[in-house]
This record gives sequence, structure tokens and C-alpha cells, in this order.
Amino acid sequence: MSSREPRASGYFRSSYAQGLRLLETRTQWTALVLFLTALGIFPFTATSFQLDLACQVFLAAIGAIALMLLTGYAGQVSLGHAGLIAAGAFTAGILFKEFGAKFWITIPAAAVVGALIGLIFGLPSLRLRGLYLAVSTLALHFIVVYLGGEYETKRGFSTGILIDAPRVGDFIIRDRKIWYFVLLSFAAAALLISLNLLRSRTGRAWAAIRSHETIAEALGIGVPAHKLLAFVISSSMTAVAGALFGYYRGFVSVEAFSLFLSIQYVAMIIIGGMGSLLGAILGAVFVTLLPYVIEYAVAQLPNARSYAGMLAAFNYAAFGVVMILFLIFEPQGLVGIWRRVQNYFLLWPFKQKPLGGGRK
Amino acid sequence: MQLAINIAVLTAIYALIACGYVLIYRVSRVLNLAHGELMMLSAYLLITTASLFSKTPFIALGAAIFLSLCVGVLVYLFLMRRMTGEMVLAAVLTTVALGVLLRGLVVLIWSAQQQNPAQALGWVNHSLPVFGGRISAAGAALIATTALVYVGLFLFLRFSRYGIRMRAAGQNPLLAAQRGISLHVIYALAWGLSTLTGALAGILISLDSGLDSTMVLIGLKAFPAALVGGLDSLVGALLGSLIIAAAEVLMIYYVDALLSDVVPFLVLILMLVFRPWGLFGTREELDRV
Repeated sequence: MSSREPRASGYFRSSYAQGLRLLETRTQWTALVLFLTALGIFPFTATSFQLDLACQVFLAAIGAIALMLLTGYAGQVSLGHAGLIAAGAFTAGILFKEFGAKFWITIPAAAVVGALIGLIFGLPSLRLRGLYLAVSTLALHFIVVYLGGEYETKRGFSTGILIDAPRVGDFIIRDRKIWYFVLLSFAAAALLISLNLLRSRTGRAWAAIRSHETIAEALGIGVPAHKLLAFVISSSMTAVAGALFGYYRGFVSVEAFSLFLSIQYVAMIIIGGMGSLLGAILGAVFVTLLPYVIEYAVAQLPNARSYAGMLAAFNYAAFGVVMILFLIFEPQGLVGIWRRVQNYFLLWPFKQKPLGGGRK
Repeated sequence: MQLAINIAVLTAIYALIACGYVLIYRVSRVLNLAHGELMMLSAYLLITTASLFSKTPFIALGAAIFLSLCVGVLVYLFLMRRMTGEMVLAAVLTTVALGVLLRGLVVLIWSAQQQNPAQALGWVNHSLPVFGGRISAAGAALIATTALVYVGLFLFLRFSRYGIRMRAAGQNPLLAAQRGISLHVIYALAWGLSTLTGALAGILISLDSGLDSTMVLIGLKAFPAALVGGLDSLVGALLGSLIIAAAEVLMIYYVDALLSDVVPFLVLILMLVFRPWGLFGTREELDRV
């Protein structure tokens, strides 16, 4: 994990507690404070469109962090992430529509439903590995989405379920600025939970399972329990993201949760860089903003009007190309690039790390 | 009776698609999740060749099939070759990315409207009476083609030099390479053949029921068929297709039409729980430390 490597130009840790610290140097503290201030000021200077982008990025980041825990750290591949987002969104939607449930009930309910579905998604992982596991999650995705679609048609919401803006007492969360802070705090919570999990026993168990299951088992790690735990935690976080997505859009419909959404989340963690939470966030930013960049680029083309109907196709094509390029040329993802840049400055004027096992 | 005919046609469709998954998996242990998209691409290629050779439908058909073979080989040469020896999962994700790319390209080139290649070729899809039911001409062609393809593949893998090499490469790539078998040639051949069979399926389906992006879903639904039978067994793919097709047709008939997209995956999960390596597949080796 990246933050476990020394960030200063030497190795100054002298106790285990120091190794566990999230922030080690004064520079890191300053950077964090500056970053948080920037995040705090941003909504007051940004346009409504930019705020919407930021909110989408936060939502995607929660999902990507959750998937990173599962795939990047515990090594369990999932191609059914969209199914879990759908599960969260539908839990919120159905509870609201059928029982008029409030925001503070639906969100925990989504987390519980997500945990349960995560348990189901995780059960095949006890017998299957790699490819077969990916396929079983893919199948479960279709089943969850089918159930959602069935509910929509049977209850006569065939165009989708409308959800009112969440309300806490007399206070309605509708303004984009408020949404920005709500989603930011959820994303920050997801990040903190993950960071803490990863530096504790659970995170180390996951890393061991990812490296080699049999050895992990021999070392006394409860492999089945930790695999299921990874699925449960990841799914629960994802379902909360799904419920928030439903509230933010004010609308839940199966069409939003296609297989392509799962692929997008997998792309986020690949493009960002496997095995790094920073990577999950970078990937979420990249994949969320890519369509808008493409839209902008297409608008610059001569006779842009004639391409307007094909924007979705441009998106698909560009997305495929970017994903292929990353898989072939930069398997470490954006984080790999970031680390190389960082190392260049940390080690200057040297090129190699002076101590320890060569290139990382 | 009509039910049995429907099952037979759907079995033929799934079997023809599933053998593409099996070929690539058997030879290189890569799961090609872009198979549905490659199928769709072939059907769209037929639209183009049909407008080029509008007088002679059979030349158009042959050209489209040949082009598909080339596409398969090119995909291997320019894309998958770089993933040989990488983690299997990275290779699978590359095929996913390829699928997304193809989906975009197809719409960019041929637009998203539904197309009708049968019309472009000037053919009419007659409905023929058989044993008290009816079958469309394209459906009958599908069954015949599937039978031919399976017999052909069986003979090829069993008796021809390259077929034997393919099986060798699938069993033990390192040993095969040391015996002088060029793995790149074999893998490229597998991709070409797989895309070819996929093209046959895509073209015949589009002749039967028109062509748009829903074909990708048909391709994906054939995947459970391949897995239920065992991902590295052609006989298994045939039997798996029969199981999936029968389950799907019967569920639609007796329970609910909405189920059609989800039944194959339900069967898939059942199979994964009880016998993950499929009916005829070989069991993966155990881990050694």
C-alpha cells in the first residue's frame, strides 16, 4: 500500500505506531489542510454545472473505493458492481414509494440490503476463483437488475421510480451546494473507513489472501470469513452510494444500471491503479469526467451539429480505447504515473531507490 | 411441436456462439467477453458487402465471413498478442474494453438504427412447415450450419495438423512451444476461427430477425451455455446450449416473458455452485505452495 512507503527522502520510522500513522510528515499535513480548504471553497466559486460534476465524482468515488477494497486489496474480482448500486438505489426507491420512509431510514436500510446481497455475491467466492468468480458476479448482476425491472413493471412504475429530495426535519437537501457537502462527507467517510480497515488486521488479511490463498490459510488467516467480509463491506458501501445516487437524481430506473456501468467501475480501478485508494479516487475522477471532455472535443470538430446524435457512440469508442491503452501501456494506472513523478523528485539527483528491493 | 422447434433453433444459435468462447478458452485460457460484439460487427460487415455486391448475395456473404476471419486474426495480432503471458484477468478485461470500443465504432459507422441484411441481399425469410410446426428459413439454415460447424471443428481438432497443435497448445503451452509449435500462430488461428463461427451466428441471426445492438446480449447469453457444458469442451457446449435453450424457452412459455434475459444466468449460477468446471470440462488444478 502506497502510504506505507516512506514519503520523506529517508526512512525515519522507529516504532510500529509510526508505521501505522496516516500522515507522517509536515508536508503531508500542509497538503491535506490546503486540499480540504480548496474543497471547502470550491462550491462557492463553481458554477452549477461544475458542482454537478463534483457531486458525480463523489458518488463514483464511493463506488470505486468500495470496488477497490474488494478487487484491488482482497483480490476478489467483481463484474457485478452495477447490480449492487442498483440494489441500493432500489432499496431507497422502494422504501420511499411503499412506506414513505425517510432519508435516515433508507440509507442504513440500503447498507443492510447491500451487506446481505454482498453475502450472496460472496458465497460463490468460497468455491470459485478468478475468472469463474467474475462470471458469477456478472450473473448476479443480471438477476438483481431483473428483480428491479420486475418490480417496476409489476407496480406500474415502468418509466422509473421518482424519489423526493431527502428531508431532515424541515430542512430539505435540494440545493447543489448542500448536496456537494453531503456527498463529500459520505465520500470522505468511505475513504476513512477504508484507510482504517486497510491498516488493521482485516486489511492485512485481505492482502495475504490476494497474494496467495493457500499460504494465507496456512498462516492461520480465516480465508472464507475474510473473503465474505470483503464482499459484505464493499457491497454495503456500494449500496449506500446507490441510494445516494437515487436521491441525488431524484429518480431510479433499471436502465441506469446496465452492464456498462459495471465496466465503468472496473475501468475506474484499472485506470486509477490497482491496489491503491488514491487510484480509486483518481480513476473515479477520470472516468466521470471523460464523457464531458469528449463532448467538448466533439463540439470543437467542424460541423459538430451532425455528430450530436452520435455522442454516445463516441463515448463508447473513446472509453474502450482509453481502457485498452491503460491495460497495455500503463497497467499500474494513474497512480503508477503519480508515483514515478513523486519518486523522481524524492530521489533527485538519483534515479534508483538507495535501499530496499529495487523498483516498486 | 412448435416449442420443440423453438428450442432446436435457440440451441443452434447458442451452440454456434458458444463454440467461439470454447475455442479461445481451450487454446489460451482467455475468456473473450467481446464475442457478442465481434458477432455484431460481422453482421454489420455483411450490410456493407451486401451493398458492394448487391447482384450476387453469395459473394457478399462469403466476403463478409472472410472479413470476419481477418478481423479475428487482426484482433489477436494487434491487441491480444500483447496480453499473452499477462494475468488472465487483464486479458479478459482487455476483451471487455474491446467490446465497448466495437459497440461505439459500429454505431459510428453504421448508425444505431435497426438494419435488415436479408432485405439488403434481396432474400425473403420464408416460413417453412415442419412436423406440424413452422420454422423460418434462416432458422433452418442456423441448425444446418451449427451441425456442419461442429462436425467440421471435430474433424479439424481431431485429425488435422493444426487442430492437433491447437489442442497441444491448450494442454501445455510451454511444452508445446518447446516442441516447435508457434504459439502466436496457433492463438491467432483460434481467434480467427472463433470470430468466424461467431460471424456465422451473427449473420444468420441478423438474417432471421434483423440487426441492432441487442445482438450483444444474445452473445452474452450464449456464454452460460459454454460454461454449463464446460468451458473447454465442444461436446459440452452443445449440451449446455440445449439445457440453456430449453430452460429459456420453457420459462418464457410457462412463466414470464421478462425472464428470458435472466434464465441463462440463473442456470449459470446453479452450475457454478454445484459443478463450476461444467458438465464436460476439466477440473482446474489445485494450488500448490
